[in-house]
Amino acid sequence: MKRANTAVFLGVALLLGACGEKGADTQARGPDPKLPEQQRGLLPSMKIAEPTPWGDQKPTVPEGYSVTAIAGDLQIPRQTLVLPNGDIIVAEGRGGSAAKLKPKDVIAGYIKAKGNTKVKSGNRLTLLRDADGDGKYELKTVFADNLNAPYGLAFANNKLYVANQDELVSFDYQEGQTKAAGAPTSVAKLPSRINHHWTKSLAVSPDGRFLYVGIGSNSNITERGLEAEVDRAEVWQIDAATGAHKPYATGIRNPTALAMHPQTGQLFSVVNERDELGPDLVPDYLTSVREGGFYGWPYSYWGQNVDPRVQPGDPKKVAAAIKPDYSLGSHVAALGLSFSQAAMGGKFANGAFVGEHGSWNRDQPVGYKVIFVPFADGRPAGEPVDFMTGFRTQEGKTRGRPVGVTVDPRGALIVADDLANVVWRVTRKP
Amino acid sequence: MSSATISQGYRSVPGRLHTILLAGTVPLFLGALLNDLAYHSTYQIQWSNFAAWLLAGAELFCGLALLAALVNLVRAQRKGGHALYFVLLLATFVLGLINCFQHAKDAWAVMPGGLVLSIIVTILSIVAAWVGLAPRTGGLQ
Repeated sequence: MKRANTAVFLGVALLLGACGEKGADTQARGPDPKLPEQQRGLLPSMKIAEPTPWGDQKPTVPEGYSVTAIAGDLQIPRQTLVLPNGDIIVAEGRGGSAAKLKPKDVIAGYIKAKGNTKVKSGNRLTLLRDADGDGKYELKTVFADNLNAPYGLAFANNKLYVANQDELVSFDYQEGQTKAAGAPTSVAKLPSRINHHWTKSLAVSPDGRFLYVGIGSNSNITERGLEAEVDRAEVWQIDAATGAHKPYATGIRNPTALAMHPQTGQLFSVVNERDELGPDLVPDYLTSVREGGFYGWPYSYWGQNVDPRVQPGDPKKVAAAIKPDYSLGSHVAALGLSFSQAAMGGKFANGAFVGEHGSWNRDQPVGYKVIFVPFADGRPAGEPVDFMTGFRTQEGKTRGRPVGVTVDPRGALIVADDLANVVWRVTRKP
Repeated sequence: MSSATISQGYRSVPGRLHTILLAGTVPLFLGALLNDLAYHSTYQIQWSNFAAWLLAGAELFCGLALLAALVNLVRAQRKGGHALYFVLLLATFVLGLINCFQHAKDAWAVMPGGLVLSIIVTILSIVAAWVGLAPRTGGLQ
């Protein structure tokens, strides 16, 4: 571990041409972020925080709320789903099969692994149940296993839909069930070659007719070739009955979580943007996803800011690129999105919770928290507010990394932590 | 001419392994350069991947040759030619390392710096090998 840190510090020290980086205060958030010039030293910044256990510590939540760990010893929990009866489904696993194409991939892969869990991919769904409603989830059982890196979850049509890294599948579900009746049924194959960004996020239309699957790009910025990007960086609309699909939005680099706005029925996504243009580029974002919309990747970012690393360029595509709605800050790695409900209370009643996994290629780490973006009239409105923090220690070690966030309509936020392999539950104090 | 003079004259000429490492450096850097040229004219990323690996191989060969050159420099009685060779090889290695980092950038960010560095380093490696493998005069022919 020490040696890896030395290597990282050496890398940082060798940064040629890169200016000193400041903390989160240089991050432009909100609807109209001021974007700095592109910059890239000879070596990219990397800052991997050494993992450390929570011990008896807990994340910090706002006054009037409390947090408890409702399940531990999971196998890389990513996304969660609250079923109609209050049971929680947790998707566990890790995917990706991207070949290491350059010496850089070997070295960066080794360093990044230092900041992740050593637990093996669960490839399963775990069900958590609090039968008596005391806030303790006394039942923890495997609902289904032998899945292939399950990530996105949705419930509709009396079916539990699961987006594996290669296929959208469904389980028939009857209320109260604690174990799947059998193997899942295929709904549609999903693009899975290479799977540089393997997570397949999932949301369902209010009428249950369409499923929306977020498919990440196959590279940071086309360094695996444009051929590898067919059917990538898209949100697919899939007919739940037939499995037929069409690209619903394109150029959307890595849509890691999708959610329907509860009042307007508008599809929203949090999206992770490209790296290696500097510590404050390019902002990850929260945006409404417009049908037929093109969001710029790979040719440009945040509207018409051209990325010169993509050659040959495409001025027509650049001109067509939509500006996203709301910047979350660069490198925060937003992986979770859930719309709030009145039961969450007070200033957290109307808006979206966003889980930020945290940066790995920024000198001053950002993210590593759950934030709340207030909404008004179905659109983001106002400054983001920290909702759950304390994932990093004062000494700069990392206790946990938030991924999926899910609002339980009974008035709780469920947060998956894939470093500590824990599921957290934040509730209002009575 | 005494036998002592002969052994001194030949003592620090590159040995077989040293020669292989030094001579091997040249086609590895040259290969990287050719691949950079191919990427520059086609935008096909695979050429750039090849260039990155060839550079890594070149740095391995060059680095080991540099170690051998350092040993020879320390042991040589007359430093002149050895010092020039060592400095040339050191420059090749350092610029080659910078070129490796340049090639670690994504997609077209490698260009044009990577191509320019590859040209310089290829030329430098040829000159270094030229000097390092120069036939020794004096001693026993």
